[in-house]
Amino acid sequence: MTKNQSKPAATSFVATLQKAAVNIGQALPIIVGVLLLFGLYRNFIPNTFLRQIFTGNIFKDTFMGSVAGSILAGNAVNSYIIGGELLKDGVSLYAVTAFLVTWVTIGVVQFPAEVAFLGKSFAIKRNFLSFVLSFLVAIATVITLKILG
Amino acid sequence: MEKNQNENKIQPQRGKGRYYFLTAMLLIYAGAYLFEPQKTLKSLEISGHLFVDLIPVLIFVWLIMALINYFLKPQKVKKLMGKESGWKGWLLAIILGIISHGSVYAWYPLLKDLKNHGMREGLIAGFIYSRAIKIPFIPLMIYYFGLKFFIVLTIYMIIGAILEGLLLEKI
Repeated sequence: MTKNQSKPAATSFVATLQKAAVNIGQALPIIVGVLLLFGLYRNFIPNTFLRQIFTGNIFKDTFMGSVAGSILAGNAVNSYIIGGELLKDGVSLYAVTAFLVTWVTIGVVQFPAEVAFLGKSFAIKRNFLSFVLSFLVAIATVITLKILG
Repeated sequence: MEKNQNENKIQPQRGKGRYYFLTAMLLIYAGAYLFEPQKTLKSLEISGHLFVDLIPVLIFVWLIMALINYFLKPQKVKKLMGKESGWKGWLLAIILGIISHGSVYAWYPLLKDLKNHGMREGLIAGFIYSRAIKIPFIPLMIYYFGLKFFIVLTIYMIIGAILEGLLLEKI
């Protein structure tokens, strides 16, 4: 107990900065790997891909929105822009909402990184639940908006 | 003591796994270059730009990690976001998720650190889920989808974050 209490006091801020730098350094191989995967996604998957998979059926489109948002990833701002453009193109709000939610909450691309840092069981459970919830959040959001007028 | 021994056994394997993933990606790039050299180089350029964009976020995360390690000791984390944290723990995790910037993978080292300090897994899930709400991008979301959509989605996202955290701890 005495040892535990004296240890933090003796730890300098420089030492904690060094420790944090080591942690970030250990994370870099995975981060670089994920970024390389993003690069392939952005360049090898055509822009028309998303527009081809939404057909107009509410449940199918919501499902496909969740799937597309799960596969694609990146800065949330990109999902708003793509989602906004899809909406202008006539894709349903159900699909676009599911797409926005899963874009951030599910990461197929960053799944290996999530497993490495937070554990396989946690990553599988979290991504599965996020997928189910994105479906429910999308439907609840659009229905609420319809009720509110 | 037993847990520490297990962690010591697991760590080296996870370390290798990190390099396997990077090596696999480099091999995929090498293969892609043989068939589509221009597209592959463009992909590499995109990845480079993404990495440059990520540097400020990583610096931010590095400083936060250092500050947390310096000020927030395991007992404090357990109290704030541990099993006994209650509704205050949920509130803190969701607020931190909303205000956190950058890609989620940049936050994994910090979340792992907090988990090792005693943070509940449900709160980690809640943190990640609530990251879909981004304060700096609110004007853009309102521009594309309207204020009403933003408010309704935000409320459901917060409910979703709590639900996900609770369910994750049950299954």
